[in-house]
Amino acid sequence: MKETEPKIRPAGDSCLVVDFGNAIALEINAKVQTLRSNLEARPVPGIMELMPTYRSLAVYFDPMETNLEGLRETISAEIGSIDEQVEIGSKEAVIPVCYGGEYGPDLESVAKHHGISEEEVIRRHCSNSCYCYMLGFTPGFSYLGGMDESIATPRLETPRELIPAGSVGIAGKQTGIYPIDSPGGWQLIGRTPLVMYDPAREPATLLDAGLWIRFRPVQKDEYLDIREKAIKNAYELEIVEKGDGTL
Amino acid sequence: MKLLVRSPGILTTVQDLGRWGHQAIGMPVAGAMDPMALRRGNIMVHNDPGAAALEITVVGPKLAVQGSGIVALAGGDLGMMVNGTHVQPWTTVAVKDGDVVSFSGMKDGLCRGYLCVAGGIDIPPLMGSRSTYLRGKIGGLQGRALKAGDELETGSPYILGKRCIGFVCPEDLRPDYSPSRRMDVVPGPQDDLFTDEGIKTFLSEEYVVSAAADRMGYRMEGPTIEHVDGADIVSDAICLGAVQVPGHGQPIVMMADRQTTGGYTKIAVLTANSVARLAQRLPGQPVRFSAMSQDQAIIEAREERGRLESLRLALEGWIADPARDEKELVEPATEGQCRITVDGETYEVQWEKI
Repeated sequence: MKETEPKIRPAGDSCLVVDFGNAIALEINAKVQTLRSNLEARPVPGIMELMPTYRSLAVYFDPMETNLEGLRETISAEIGSIDEQVEIGSKEAVIPVCYGGEYGPDLESVAKHHGISEEEVIRRHCSNSCYCYMLGFTPGFSYLGGMDESIATPRLETPRELIPAGSVGIAGKQTGIYPIDSPGGWQLIGRTPLVMYDPAREPATLLDAGLWIRFRPVQKDEYLDIREKAIKNAYELEIVEKGDGTL
Repeated sequence: MKLLVRSPGILTTVQDLGRWGHQAIGMPVAGAMDPMALRRGNIMVHNDPGAAALEITVVGPKLAVQGSGIVALAGGDLGMMVNGTHVQPWTTVAVKDGDVVSFSGMKDGLCRGYLCVAGGIDIPPLMGSRSTYLRGKIGGLQGRALKAGDELETGSPYILGKRCIGFVCPEDLRPDYSPSRRMDVVPGPQDDLFTDEGIKTFLSEEYVVSAAADRMGYRMEGPTIEHVDGADIVSDAICLGAVQVPGHGQPIVMMADRQTTGGYTKIAVLTANSVARLAQRLPGQPVRFSAMSQDQAIIEAREERGRLESLRLALEGWIADPARDEKELVEPATEGQCRITVDGETYEVQWEKI
């Protein structure tokens, strides 16, 4: 796909969509995140909410408070200044996961599918940093990119009716964490003791778009220790600096 | 005041104007399907326009009143009754301890009514809103529709709330729900992924609300809308009223409980007022779409704000009207006596009406 100029597109009477291209790519998502943080740093009157996705930023505005022409100009100016200083997340969150057994009922079949040991699946799942492109689908569900593709595994043929919150799964080249109990067809390889989503907490979700994450294997004892703290909101998420934030 | 739920109706939920500000973490907005009605009903009982109310769908609940209060039904006329006697919608009425509020059924073909109570439905807000998000099982009453046995507390009413009683929303300030009126749409954000023929089909043909129409989205049935090159895009934000067209070419209008992101092309987005009007339509009813520029859509949104302000002023006028006091509180006298003093001389005067 050829590089094209971002487009500011109308979306009804209270939204503009800044579209950076129809692709899943770090360069595109980094522009989305940069525009988001610039608009958050220099708030424009009338903007109600910013919604970043893989490849676009939706700018929700109050039609009563907003001069549309002025808003378009402000966004254009911000887009113009993005190119020199595209930023990408520099923070990496470490997510503890207890793999296999009762927490990861599909670990064995994923290992068999690839003809490798369960330990090797775990090693590869923890070897790459994954990038959180966006949250969507259900509260706190993260769309991650960057899993080691050698452990890509098709979805289950019959989805489960109930997957417990915190379950870590693989679906094709994607990996992710179910933030709330929900149905789903991903291959479950483990579970994190962290509370990924709690509406009473501020912020309600542990992850955010633009954050890198790396999985760390833990044994059941440590899982239970962390779980106890996490439920009491007393577990501090381990965050490490990664790179200098440039692409 | 408390409302005790004797029977819940088919789908009665607590709704306000929605859980805005959390879409970036994947949290749907939810909120009233017809905010035009919710705002008006709240204004009529002197609440904040976004106070929480009961959204009643097609078949209403039966509610026992504990204490006394003031209520108004806005939106569709669902046949509201107090102790078995019909009361008019769009009218502010008093209810007292022991009264039973019930609903006899739809009378004007509109399927959603909003029972607004002075002081609002008082439940703890979650992430800034009291709206029920059914799929996420959050907000409202444990994230679900009302059921028999539920009790709803109301907040503190306006101190002069009693003076709102009897207020009727003027006809010209009610939403225009007429079935012949088209739904206004702003083309985009992916209208360039449809053929000219596809856009022409969407804007000129009639679509029918399908049986699969719920708080998340209204599926439409009608002539197939043609894409240039497939219906899938890399997932993008879904705003209120977005018209997604998946590969089968049938439009889906995304409503209050829509998910935050989706991977289908969007040919256009309904204006917020058109979404509210669509929310009153039932499966089987026809709908037509009409294109409007974003600038024009914003002008129309501002006109709506103007009508709400007019309604608020009409209510204030009703509350402050001294003539009403005289009419209602003081029987006109037909005879009397008084004493008057003129130039230092005092006179006893007797008078009677002739």
